[in-house]
Amino acid sequence: MSAGAGTGVLGARPTAGPRRLRRFVLPGYVIAVIAYTLVPIAVMILYSFNKAPSGRLTFAWKGFTLDWYKHPFDIPDLTSALVHSLEIASLSTLIATALGVPAALALARYRFRGRALSDLVILADIAAPSVVVGASLLGFFIYLGVPRGFATILIAHVAFNVAFVVVVVQARVRDLDESLVEAAKDLGANPLVAFWKVTFPLVFPGILAGALLAFALSIDDFIITSFVAGQTLTFPLWVYGAVKVGIPPQVFVMGTLIFLAGVAIAIANVVAQRRRGQAAA
Amino acid sequence: MSARVARLRRTAIPYVLELPGGAWVVFFFVVPLAAILSVSLMTGNSIDGYTLTWNFHIYPDVIDQYSTQFVRSFYYGLASTAIALVVMYPVAYWIAFHGGRHKSTLLLVILLPFFVSFVIRILTWQFILADQGIVLGTLKDIGLLPSGFHVLSTPAAVIAGLTYDALPFMALPIYVALENIDRTHIEAAADLGASRFEQFLRVVLPLSAPGVYAGILLVAITNIGDYVSAAILGGPSTTMIGNIIQTQYVQNANYPTASALALILMAALLLGMWVYTRAFGTRTLQEYV
Amino acid sequence: MEADPAFLRGLTQSRFSRRRFVRAGATAAAVAGFGSALSACGIAGTRDTGAPAGFDWASWWARQQKHGVLDWANWPLYIDTSHGSHPSLELFTKQTGIQVNYKPVIQDNASFFSQISPVLQEKQGIGYDLIVITDGWELTQMIANSWLIPLDHSRIPNFARYAGPIARHPVFDPKNRYTVTWQAGITGIGYDPRMTGREITSVKDLWDPAFKGKVGMMSDNTELGSVGMLALGIDPAKSTPADWKRAATLLTKQRDEGIVRQYYDQSYIKALEDGDTWITQAWSGDIFQANYSGFGHLKFVIPKEGGMLWHDNCMIPLHAQNPVDALEWVDFYYQPKIEAMIEDWVNYLCPVPAAQPKIANGLDDPSVANSPLVFPSAADMSRLRGYYDFKGIDDHDEWTSIFDPVIQS
Repeated sequence: MSAGAGTGVLGARPTAGPRRLRRFVLPGYVIAVIAYTLVPIAVMILYSFNKAPSGRLTFAWKGFTLDWYKHPFDIPDLTSALVHSLEIASLSTLIATALGVPAALALARYRFRGRALSDLVILADIAAPSVVVGASLLGFFIYLGVPRGFATILIAHVAFNVAFVVVVVQARVRDLDESLVEAAKDLGANPLVAFWKVTFPLVFPGILAGALLAFALSIDDFIITSFVAGQTLTFPLWVYGAVKVGIPPQVFVMGTLIFLAGVAIAIANVVAQRRRGQAAA
Repeated sequence: MSARVARLRRTAIPYVLELPGGAWVVFFFVVPLAAILSVSLMTGNSIDGYTLTWNFHIYPDVIDQYSTQFVRSFYYGLASTAIALVVMYPVAYWIAFHGGRHKSTLLLVILLPFFVSFVIRILTWQFILADQGIVLGTLKDIGLLPSGFHVLSTPAAVIAGLTYDALPFMALPIYVALENIDRTHIEAAADLGASRFEQFLRVVLPLSAPGVYAGILLVAITNIGDYVSAAILGGPSTTMIGNIIQTQYVQNANYPTASALALILMAALLLGMWVYTRAFGTRTLQEYV
Repeated sequence: MEADPAFLRGLTQSRFSRRRFVRAGATAAAVAGFGSALSACGIAGTRDTGAPAGFDWASWWARQQKHGVLDWANWPLYIDTSHGSHPSLELFTKQTGIQVNYKPVIQDNASFFSQISPVLQEKQGIGYDLIVITDGWELTQMIANSWLIPLDHSRIPNFARYAGPIARHPVFDPKNRYTVTWQAGITGIGYDPRMTGREITSVKDLWDPAFKGKVGMMSDNTELGSVGMLALGIDPAKSTPADWKRAATLLTKQRDEGIVRQYYDQSYIKALEDGDTWITQAWSGDIFQANYSGFGHLKFVIPKEGGMLWHDNCMIPLHAQNPVDALEWVDFYYQPKIEAMIEDWVNYLCPVPAAQPKIANGLDDPSVANSPLVFPSAADMSRLRGYYDFKGIDDHDEWTSIFDPVIQS
């Protein structure tokens, strides 16, 4: 009848036969798919420990070494490209969050003329193919005579990050229990205090999620950046260029480190949520 | 404070809140699209410059010239979307209905590859699928594959690359849709005597439609416009429209053609969005993105 | 949910009301108006954005001073490198006190040019005093737009003294008015004899069905077009659009028969090393370097129909801040002993013949000194051809429109 813990929703009573098969087949399939999505990551991590006498990675396993982790910053251009990526990601996340959170509040809470249009524009911004966004920004900058470099990359990244922050935060705001804010106002809080003391803490996980998403998207972005970067190199751009002559192991080292940092942040997020959930219960 | 001023403040608030973010998006997303609309209608060259001649004829010309690449891009894009859908629907289903306490962890695991740069992921596939590499090399040594067999530089490799990248983005909207299904509907069907398979086919599947369509829209449009997969994993006849746009812009400085191609792709997206919002409403699409 | 008639109706019928219509019309009018406002501008061209005609360069050079710094953009792997530093540059700094900011950022002539040309168009400096560009359409445009500073040969006597025939008076820049050769190279055929099973001697071997699916061709349309013409026995430098079309037909046939594995940029060498291709269009220096990094079995050949000779040239762009320092470097590296240091590492065609004995004796490296890929014989040189020199943008656009569809099909 109703869902009991551990029995699954669609079956109230575990029985023998096809149902037990399904109980193994489906989870087995899910695990297989997840393993498949992690294959390149595993290869990347594994080969970051591979010896590479010529300085370029080959698929032949030449022996285990920690060399590359000891000298991850040996290639100055690669290091500076990584630094550019981190700078742009941090800055664009900050700006996008500052711009996106108020906009999300407006779109979720208020009814105003132009709301539907704003929704559509934000959606188009998210869904637009990267080639189109990159090409149109490049065309725009050429048209205006703006030289391409760090600033234009930053502008482009904020432009798409704002939309993602808005969507994520909006979802969170909409789920918010309005009665809590109403209660605060009834108790005499003015709107600003109500926002800061009630809305903001409740929306904060959404803001954090939006910011993390924006950061990840910015670090990862290749296509849009390739159009508007000019001479500046970011990490993905450098890697793409290096493919021609062979990737140095440092690339896999940096990829692994970024991956582990992302995993750590995600785990921290989950733990924090669980703790908050337990506290609220 | 007078009531009129208070009311004015109240109506002004959403506009003030939305203005900075909205202005940025308008100025750096909408306006550039309008700008390249203008550029697409220009004629000229890089030496003499370009002038606006309202050359609308460029659109049919360009569709005609690159019809093969357009068709191919739609084929690769839709094929990879279909495969991603078939692969990820069961995964999203299992997490939503049998995930229990581990739902968010599982979702996180699905998203994990996303933390590594997309370029590195495609490169690693190139590494893995190399002719004499870890997978093919071993199989050839054993004798399971002919020595001339190769995966890279074929359409299959490009579609595989596109599919791989799409997997998490397909799973998420479907998961959200499945998660939102009111369980009482399913119980009602069970009470009315529907078998489990019928419950799925007649209740779960249709109710998950908005999420499925959202996933299809997102993934298809992204993949149709991709150029990296074709550039790294592709071969002589796998050029996609994204490659053409990139070459025409960056190498050939053929701005009108490149702009026209980009706008055609954008029009395809807007058409897809229009169909979706007609069916499900604007707000719904946002929930699944 | 089955096909609910209301659902279908909502999906297919437009819910037009008069108010909506008026609003839609207003938006359309606004967009059109905005568009026409944008149209007032256009996109400026590059004509007349360079140095004015008749500019007195002699007096200009007389006024220039040495500043002690040099910003140099070059291609990757194009200068002697030892543990992350460049001995020739360090020697230069020790001798002249000039600090060199060496930036190996140029990956591709077309994309580098597309980045610097808007800046030069705005009559601004690109931040480099010395850049290295291959002879071709981009260089032709740089010269035609007067975007290069003519060299003051009185400041580079070593060029006059030591430059070999390869470096002097190239077709694209007679009298070396704007450029001096950094390195030259040959585009020929690279192959793995263990896989091809035989020696390769002819350009037509790239079309051999025995190598189906294992042939690498270049994605640069100038290289591709030129090899197509060589296969037809046409000299690319003297070719006509009719010849180009014939070459394109031959190249399309090669692709459609499945002979070509892929059109490569510089990554062709990796494909050859990995075994993805057995025979490929190749640049002489890449094969040489591959031989030294564990791929000693790879060979390079100048086909009997001919190979293409290209030059990578140093030049000073307009608005450079330190032109005197740039020329000091040029004069420095045209000394045989310095050229020997660089050549021993780069392994392309050496512009200074006198460096050969230095490499053989001083650096004790006979493999480089005796290599026909670094110091080609007269017989080799006679088989080398130059590229077609584009007469103008229409000419170039025609070439591109004929050969691009082969690569991007």
